[in-house]
Amino acid sequence: MAHSPYDEIETVPPAEVAEEELYHPHSFITRWVFCQDAKVIAIQYAITAMAIGLFALVLSWLMRLQLGFPEQFAFIDPPDYLQLITMHGMIMVIYFLTALLLGGFGNYLIPLMLGARDMVFPYINMLSFWFFFLAVLVLMASMFVPGGATGAGWTLYPPQSILAGTPGSEGGIILMLVSLILFIAGITMGGLNYVVTVLQGRARGMTLMRMPLTIWGIFVASILALFAFPALFVAGVMLLFDMLLGTSFFMPSLVSFGQQMDYDGGSPLLFQHLFWFFGHPEVYIVALPAFGIVSELISVHARKNIFGFRMMVWAIVAIGVLSFVVWAHHMYVSGMNPVFGYFFATTTLIIAIPTAIKVYNWVLTLWRGDIHFTVPMLFAIGFIVTFLNGGISGLFLGNVAVAVPLSDTMFVVAHFHMVMGLAPVLVIFGAIYHWYPLITGRMLDDTIGKTHFWITFLGGYAIFLPLHYLGLMGVPRRYFELQVAQMEFIPQSVETLNAFVTVTALVVGAAQFLFFFNLAWSYFKGKPAGQNPWGATTLEWQTPEVPPSHGNWGSERPVVYRWAYDYSVPGVEQDFIPQNLPPDRLAGDMGRDSPEGRGA
Amino acid sequence: MGIFRLLSEKPWTVQASEDAYDGKGATTIPSAMVGLRIFLAIVTVMFLLLTSVYIMRMGLGDWRRLPVPTVLWLNTALLVLSSAGLQWARIGAERGRVDEVRYGLLAGGAFAFAFLVGQLLAWRQLGELGYFAATNPANAFFYLITALHALHLAGGLVAWGRTVIRLRAGLKLDQLRESVDLCTVYWHFLLVVWIALFGLLLVT
Repeated sequence: MAHSPYDEIETVPPAEVAEEELYHPHSFITRWVFCQDAKVIAIQYAITAMAIGLFALVLSWLMRLQLGFPEQFAFIDPPDYLQLITMHGMIMVIYFLTALLLGGFGNYLIPLMLGARDMVFPYINMLSFWFFFLAVLVLMASMFVPGGATGAGWTLYPPQSILAGTPGSEGGIILMLVSLILFIAGITMGGLNYVVTVLQGRARGMTLMRMPLTIWGIFVASILALFAFPALFVAGVMLLFDMLLGTSFFMPSLVSFGQQMDYDGGSPLLFQHLFWFFGHPEVYIVALPAFGIVSELISVHARKNIFGFRMMVWAIVAIGVLSFVVWAHHMYVSGMNPVFGYFFATTTLIIAIPTAIKVYNWVLTLWRGDIHFTVPMLFAIGFIVTFLNGGISGLFLGNVAVAVPLSDTMFVVAHFHMVMGLAPVLVIFGAIYHWYPLITGRMLDDTIGKTHFWITFLGGYAIFLPLHYLGLMGVPRRYFELQVAQMEFIPQSVETLNAFVTVTALVVGAAQFLFFFNLAWSYFKGKPAGQNPWGATTLEWQTPEVPPSHGNWGSERPVVYRWAYDYSVPGVEQDFIPQNLPPDRLAGDMGRDSPEGRGA
Repeated sequence: MGIFRLLSEKPWTVQASEDAYDGKGATTIPSAMVGLRIFLAIVTVMFLLLTSVYIMRMGLGDWRRLPVPTVLWLNTALLVLSSAGLQWARIGAERGRVDEVRYGLLAGGAFAFAFLVGQLLAWRQLGELGYFAATNPANAFFYLITALHALHLAGGLVAWGRTVIRLRAGLKLDQLRESVDLCTVYWHFLLVVWIALFGLLLVT
């Protein structure tokens, strides 16, 4: 019989701590609309985010139509194109990825994985969602004001973002900034909840180091969000002042349409510093939850404990800290001091170390694991490959000397779509395939899932790999149309490739409806999941009811006896030990000594 | 527990210490206070960012100092009194004296309102002298910073109002102590922020 480090642990007697007062919904409205249950709020966040993300996907189609087949589509003119890229970028980064990963997964998983009944501040949690929802409405409204939505690019750089000539400079930009400010208010309320719940709401025995990596990722990402979004808030408010009150925080003295403007002496660079002080941590606000989730998926579906657990935690923390000192690598061509550039290049390359540790550890977790090629696992492996690819082009762009010629080319577009577009989206899909059985009690269809994976994964590469080449050829980003005849450095092949990318993007985009069909169909007709279909150790699968009911834990909250990664433990009846299995019951299991693993 | 000890724990071997099972969370501080402290850290970051932008923008040449309206000194005194009022309420709550809590809260709130009115007066005085937001970045920063600070105080007054209503509804002190504590900490924080910002305005 294998030695178990848990031999000496004693079963903890039932709680003598007072149960907290739980919010109880009394009507349809308080149960499903203005609800304070984190699980419902999570679904609200997820549906809103996915709906707006789908909208942004359609925007990217229109954009690709223009790029692939210029002059074929009369309904897209240059201002439209700029509005398309702006809205696509802004929605995907903030209203889709950030909201879905923190608001959706954060809300669903934090209380369940920690053994809590709900978030610490349920009312504020509800407010958080409604601020987000309002932000989305304002964002949508910005497309219907005179002049339409802003076309300033998702970075909203002044002076052009608020000057006549840029699409949406009448009303669109104002509503965009208002929407961002609402979003920041919402995400701050949400983030406070996530952080305080992790600190205060854990079940008995759930020490911080026993938390699953998913929670570590969301926890550190929430802290980043709390401290990075104020920079965007300040930048947004100051830009509104410049726009509405005529101040000159960011606006230099300039002539617009032959008119000397009243602005004087402001510095557009200040805005860039503020924007990227937010913008770079934002990358990790998206990436860290994805890292955490992927660790979970790999460990569960390879039936193996995560390799180097502590290093994984340290890497998450280190990345979080470092992400605040690399922002100016987005500004190499902004005219800042070159010495500055080298400082930021160095910090940028240093951040590759903890990131590489994570990638190695994922691979080493897979090494000699009992790998089940389930749909979540496929997506997780797809993520590792994609993130590595995107990360390596990031090393190129992190170096000043390479970044300068590549700035504002399609290479940059390719890089961030690999690392921030495709990679997190793969994780999100993987996570949904993994946790859908918990949320609905039914499995998603496997065949549709696998088809969806292969189309998305291979298709994603077919879209974004060629963009690297376009970038190296010098194709600039954000151009409505390439005048290839006048750009001698651009070969004809670029046009062919652009057409190919467009067709692929249309197909891959359309294939996503497979996923939505799967979500809808399986909700009614899917195979019943039963309790814990993947054989996971973490607490969310140990609830008395699946899907978990209001209050999550029935009469008593769980007590945690071990970390989250006890898979393939020798001599245990099942090949995993749930975090909350009491030692006396575990001893019974081990006495029976049946080494058969539980297949998934 | 120190962060280094925490991060060097080996969750796969080490038996968690006894206190891991007491169900008290990471700290003995109430969750609302933890939340408030984190929120204060966020607000600090926001004002620090504003300050650094302020200092960077100052260096750009067209900065012209703005006269500090005398009423700001009076406002500072009002805010100190407001903080003192809440502190009185807090001490009263600890000692179980309902009347002290009531007077302290009311005084704190009244002085806070007076401070906000005073800030508006300062804006009006500057406006009458022709120091509009758009005339100079120094003015723009003054309006922006004071507006943000006032908004935070106004938000605090919402929490204050809720506490007063609950006090009037006859809730026991035990149920109010936490609210009074939270308000007081928030007030002291905003006082410190105001003094720092006012100092910044005075020296630049």
